[in-house]
Amino acid sequence: MSAQNILKVEKIAFERNDSLLFEPVSFSVGFGEALHIKGPNGVGKTTLFKLLTGLLQPSQGRIVYCDQAIDHCRYDYLSNLLYIGHQSGVKAVLSAEENLRWMSPDNTTIEQIDQALAAVGLEKYAHIPCYKLSAGQYRRVALARLITSEAKLWYLDEPFASLDRQGIDMIEHCMQQHIDQGGSILFSSHQDPVKIAVRKYSVISYSEGF
Amino acid sequence: MSNFLSGGLRAYLYRELLLTFRRRGDLLKPVIFFLMVSTLVPLAVAPDPENLGALAPGIIWIMALLATLLTVESLFSDDFQDGSLEQMLISPNLLVMPILGKVIAHWLVVGLPLTLISPVIAIWFSLPTIAVIPMMLSLALGTAVLSLVGAVGTAITLPLRKGGVLLPILVMPLYMPVLIFGSATIQAAVDGLAWSGSLAVLAALLAIAVALCPMAIGAALRLSHND
Repeated sequence: MSAQNILKVEKIAFERNDSLLFEPVSFSVGFGEALHIKGPNGVGKTTLFKLLTGLLQPSQGRIVYCDQAIDHCRYDYLSNLLYIGHQSGVKAVLSAEENLRWMSPDNTTIEQIDQALAAVGLEKYAHIPCYKLSAGQYRRVALARLITSEAKLWYLDEPFASLDRQGIDMIEHCMQQHIDQGGSILFSSHQDPVKIAVRKYSVISYSEGF
Repeated sequence: MSNFLSGGLRAYLYRELLLTFRRRGDLLKPVIFFLMVSTLVPLAVAPDPENLGALAPGIIWIMALLATLLTVESLFSDDFQDGSLEQMLISPNLLVMPILGKVIAHWLVVGLPLTLISPVIAIWFSLPTIAVIPMMLSLALGTAVLSLVGAVGTAITLPLRKGGVLLPILVMPLYMPVLIFGSATIQAAVDGLAWSGSLAVLAALLAIAVALCPMAIGAALRLSHND
């Protein structure tokens, strides 16, 4: 691939109630790189992820994927994208296995699904409905997608929320593997990952006359 | 290449039905509603056969309309809250597939059961047997229109936390033609007149709704994240 960066964000900003939510944001993410988005609560990190996934349209600026504006390569961009937000799309009435099967690529085998669930420590809970799981286990069901996914670009909004130390280690391990294979990660978190080398980018709240 | 949610219409339909069957209470709600109304009406009005036979077409259709309105409200709200909708919207595949899957599943759970138990209700209301086939045909077509149009209404009111009030106001005017031509079909059959005309109008309404509603639903769902 000729592009140097998988993702390049050029001065995007989002307007809410007639004022900008955060200072215009610019950064780029290379292949095999993780970028840690930092910022206080309410600064707009989740909004930034929604802008990046195209769920929201930025008021200004441009998002470039492999040298093409995302509006021009929508299918390609979205096919290579994995987004796990605060609400992860895990259905409470389905079991962990059913949820993961639905959220994994078509060619994923049952063995791969079971392996992924075992990797996140849910092998004993694969067949019970997710509403019986704890918050941390619920989160692990969503994060098991990191193992089955074939996407190159991961957007993880607070992946470590409600996980225990062991869970965090496990997710960091997944992230490290993804980076080693040339994948890219953009994630937000209030705590610094211990095991993986990341670049940091801080989102600053917008202030008049800054 | 990762193709998240790459299933076609069948996969979505299967998923929706699976989700509905897991919540069996919701599944029975419309059927219990029909049975309740059709038991209560003869008790409330004078239960002589002639009187009830005259009321039957209208009552059956109002039941269909209200049952759709009551159940269609939750069509997208679960997906909106648990993030499934976000995932559908950022899937590279056509948004029409999950939408159609949902609407068809809704019809299978509300419109089809009503169509199937309507002969029983027709007997309770001493509707002439000659009108039973036209009634079932009109219900099958009409309830599908109700599901499609209702889904547009819910998609539009989705981001409003209290959309419950707005939905009937928005959707009722669009339900009128279905109500009119639906009960007209049954009435014509009762009177021994040709009923194929009003049934054809219902079929035409369905054709228009199938063509236009999924697009409107898709656009409304995309807007729902823009608050």
